[in-house]
Amino acid sequence: MMHAEQTPMEAATPLLQVQGIRKLYAPGKGVDGVDFDLYPGEILGIVGESGSGKTTLLGCLSGSLIPDQGRVFYRNRDDRKLDLYNISESDRRVLLRTEWGVVHQHARDGLRMSVSAGANIGERLMAVGGRHYGQLREAGENWLREVEIDPVRINDTPRTFSGGMQQRLQIARNLVTGPRLIFMDEPTGGLDVSVQARLLDLLRNLVMDLGLAVVLVTHDLAVARLLSHRLMVMKQGKVVEHGLTDQVLDDPRHPYTQLLVSSVLGN
Amino acid sequence: MSLRQEQINETGGYNFAYLDEQTKRMIRRGLLKALAIPGYQVPFGGREMPLPYGWGTGGMQVTATVIGRDDTLKVIDQGADDTTNAISIRRFFARTAGVKTTEVTTEATIIQTRHRIPETPLRSGQILVYQVPIPEPLRFIEPREVETRTMHALREYGVMHVKLYEDIARHGHIATTYAYPVKVNNHYVMDPSPIPKFDNPKMDLCPALQLFGAGREKRIYAIPPYTRVRSLDFEDYPFEIQRWEESCEFCGATDSFLDEVITDDQGGRIFVCSDTDYCRQRQQQTAANKETCP
Repeated sequence: MMHAEQTPMEAATPLLQVQGIRKLYAPGKGVDGVDFDLYPGEILGIVGESGSGKTTLLGCLSGSLIPDQGRVFYRNRDDRKLDLYNISESDRRVLLRTEWGVVHQHARDGLRMSVSAGANIGERLMAVGGRHYGQLREAGENWLREVEIDPVRINDTPRTFSGGMQQRLQIARNLVTGPRLIFMDEPTGGLDVSVQARLLDLLRNLVMDLGLAVVLVTHDLAVARLLSHRLMVMKQGKVVEHGLTDQVLDDPRHPYTQLLVSSVLGN
Repeated sequence: MSLRQEQINETGGYNFAYLDEQTKRMIRRGLLKALAIPGYQVPFGGREMPLPYGWGTGGMQVTATVIGRDDTLKVIDQGADDTTNAISIRRFFARTAGVKTTEVTTEATIIQTRHRIPETPLRSGQILVYQVPIPEPLRFIEPREVETRTMHALREYGVMHVKLYEDIARHGHIATTYAYPVKVNNHYVMDPSPIPKFDNPKMDLCPALQLFGAGREKRIYAIPPYTRVRSLDFEDYPFEIQRWEESCEFCGATDSFLDEVITDDQGGRIFVCSDTDYCRQRQQQTAANKETCP
């Protein structure tokens, strides 16, 4: 799969390094010992059945859940390596709203439902010091256009939007500060198939244009195949298989992956 | 007879200014902390007061704590000295503390207020006590107290501008007219209690001490004298105060906050100063001027 051009040096240094992440709610429940590296511009898919620890892992990576064990390193714009759980809370929060983005499964977890679409998009800009209404407004209109929402809807609240539009608004809200890394939790969950297809198409284009690195959690193998470069298969909190997407899906080694692949209808 | 015995006798069994001394000490500690960190909300053990929450219990506890025998108290409600709330609180302290009371802003050493700052500029040495219903300016967007405290600590105030953005998007201008958020001493964003935004500029570098008490929410905060207080705004939509085309019907003032009063069923209305003391002083001045040069 094609993605944004990188110099060999850049590609050789991981953006995100995950080492031995462990977060258990009870023995066997949660995430137990996950390691991986993520490189700039790369999309990593995490698949597995419900309860396999995908969302918990995502929470641990994105700073919303503190892991019991393990470390997460992130190389920021200034090429400094940050230890996510050893930097101050203030630095972590700044990171979350400037260089990172989180797209939630349910749009209402990631949006402010009672304020307009424009304010939703502008919030991150205001959080980093944007104090010019005209410019915020312009950014709002541009991003609505970018995610294929009619800019005349800028003053409408997300309550009046369809599910697919809410999801796209959530994406716009995250991308407005030009992040480098996005975490997505089932971005197409709960949408009908045609809306899913449009959203995936949009996501693929945005990710390629902006050279974003993405950690994508999904239980939908078709979504994983379409978007991700590499795939991690999880079962009961552990990674059972890890490799290039096509390799994992076309030649699954682990019995569980074989089961997962063979259980897709019409495959 | 000791002074203490005398106090108890004259107030009919109550301690001076109603609250017991231990409670006052606790509130004073809170006030000192609030003064040390301007705009920061300090929790305190709010007491039951002999009037309902929402009627000024927070302000009364602060007043009871700072008032002394030599103080002169003024109480205003929406700028007026003669409304029910103002009269009952003034009488409460006249009875429980035996202090002098006044309606004249310049004579008062302590002014307890609901919803206004007097038009007459305050001077050094005066204390302005605000009655506050909701002390947390971030509450409208974040219901969790732990989260709002973190936001204050980390100065995460982007959401305050989300509110102002919404105003402009819906109304074409910042339509928040009261409880307009301010930034105190370039750190804490503070709710100045429901005063009209007309009064916000008076808080900036004010020579008087400003104390805020929220009885229901049990929070105290403060602005020390001569502290920077800035109203939040956008570069292209700067902060503005309300203006009227009319002037006060009684005193002709054009620079004071005006209340609209309906006078009949035919749509007749007049505008009058909300600050009754300011209006009366201006009327007396005009009358005196007429006498000297007829």
